Amino acid sequence: MTLQTEIPRENLGSLAAKALRHKSFAAGFLVTLLVAGMAALSFLWTPYDVTRLVISDKLLAPSAVHWFGTDHFGRDVLSMVMIGARNSIAVALVAVGIGLGLGVPLGCWAAARGGLVDEALMRLNDLVFAFPALLSAIMITAIFGPGAINAIIAIGIFNIPVFARVARAGALAIWPREYILAARAAGKSKALITLEHILPNIATLLLVQATIQFALGILAEASLSYVGLGAQPPMPSWGRMLFEAQTRMAQAPWMAIFPGMAIVITVLALNLLGDGVADILDPKSRRRR
Amino acid sequence: MTAYLLKRVAIALATLVLASIVVFAVLEILPGDPARLMLGMNASAEQVEQVRTQMGLNDPLLLRYFHWIGNLVVLDFGRSYTYSVPVIDLVRERVAVSLPLALIALALSTLIAIPVGLYAASRQGRFGDTVSMGVSQIGVAIPNFWFALLLIYLFAVWLKWVPAGGFPGWSAGIWPALKALILPAIALALPQAAILARVTRQALIEVLSEDYIRTARAKGMPYRAVLWRHALRNAMIPVLTILGLQFAFLLAGTIIIENVFYLPGLGRLIFQAITQRDLIVVESVVMLLVTTVILVNLLVDFSYAVVDPRLRGRS
Repeated sequence: MTLQTEIPRENLGSLAAKALRHKSFAAGFLVTLLVAGMAALSFLWTPYDVTRLVISDKLLAPSAVHWFGTDHFGRDVLSMVMIGARNSIAVALVAVGIGLGLGVPLGCWAAARGGLVDEALMRLNDLVFAFPALLSAIMITAIFGPGAINAIIAIGIFNIPVFARVARAGALAIWPREYILAARAAGKSKALITLEHILPNIATLLLVQATIQFALGILAEASLSYVGLGAQPPMPSWGRMLFEAQTRMAQAPWMAIFPGMAIVITVLALNLLGDGVADILDPKSRRRR
Repeated sequence: MTAYLLKRVAIALATLVLASIVVFAVLEILPGDPARLMLGMNASAEQVEQVRTQMGLNDPLLLRYFHWIGNLVVLDFGRSYTYSVPVIDLVRERVAVSLPLALIALALSTLIAIPVGLYAASRQGRFGDTVSMGVSQIGVAIPNFWFALLLIYLFAVWLKWVPAGGFPGWSAGIWPALKALILPAIALALPQAAILARVTRQALIEVLSEDYIRTARAKGMPYRAVLWRHALRNAMIPVLTILGLQFAFLLAGTIIIENVFYLPGLGRLIFQAITQRDLIVVESVVMLLVTTVILVNLLVDFSYAVVDPRLRGRS
């Protein structure tokens, strides 16, 4: 027997119809799908081979042949933007996974136990927040060396307290409810109650936070790659492309414009998607930004 | 009130101590022997050992930690291995670039965001609101270093109004120095302003639906006065929270932006220090930045009590 949960369960069909009518969700969802599709496509096909350097074609302006122009090695910028999407998505996704996987159990544990555990967790939170994310990322990459994996760890570590906070706040609001009391009276353990009642009720909150952190992760990965601490050449990444464009702004501004646009469009789409999810699943609590 | 403030101070201190342990521990496990780096590869093992003893690198861990903390408290950061000057001198020189940059950016972002947030909230759901929130949604998504590149292209390469990078130093006069900081400050400020404007709008909209706002309007108070006197003040708590968080972001942002514009600030210093394994400089700058963040957050906690009298009664 399951007890009444907070969110009225709608059938998936009507929820999907509602979602597609929601403008910002629909737009965000479509563009996110497009970017993901582009990344997937790059595994099978890109307009040009980015591992081949054609020096005679270097720094060509955008044209019908090279839609986004070419870089200083004669590589096709469009092909590099497509492959760069893989790196951004992978890093941000795994970093969100780390945050969810470690942060949510911590937050739920703190909310369930209260007292010392809770206090200790909150202080640890304060500690992580005292280090600006980029600073800790720089320190982590300084210890372990630059690279995509270490960028993931750096961004993931910062995600842990973020999700712990959201999960704890969400769970604390659910614990005093009557049906939780009923479940406790029925002799269920705190762990079981968390699993059966708390988690489903904070899922929306977590989903919305996950899209925010996903978007922030893409920005953070780009920053790290830009300063040379993220993905290493020859793996194309959006941040790295911007770094290489920097000294060539006067001759080849397209080298900077297109990878930058890719970042902005992806992050924008994810933010719209997050706003939409928050709005559709829980119209009362519009997300704050 | 006092109890509230004391608790905040205690938490800030505890965080600071924990942070110092983390920084110290991280640098302990960093590879590379500073003594070896200082002397070069040709130095003999005995020479290296002698310098290690001189530098106190052979002391027990705990002793070194307390020695380090004790010196930090009196602002004695030690000497840089690579620059062979006291770290405090390096830091002082670099703070003169980074701090004005962060403050100008913070001021710019606040000056843009609060009026935009007020405007959007007062026109909720109408054309002006939709446009300004649409623009801010894009602003949130723009990486500041990319925005910086576009600014360089527009104002330095194309219009040639300002230099593309570098810093003449404050000794060159206020105006040339400020001119070098303008583009970096704008690049830092705009994405932050976008977030702040959204928070301000949201907070105001929540406050504007309160009963006391309706009462103020009902007694004939002009809308503008209600907005400024009642709504804005009550909406300040979330706005202040974000402002505090943003200062941390701005400090971290300067690390990247200084690299875009070749500004000799703390950000570039820490990068060079990491690549040169100049650990004393790294730990000093990191501790300085972390302390600043903690202090700013403490200040935000204090300002809650000033803005919101209800907090003063509570502990």
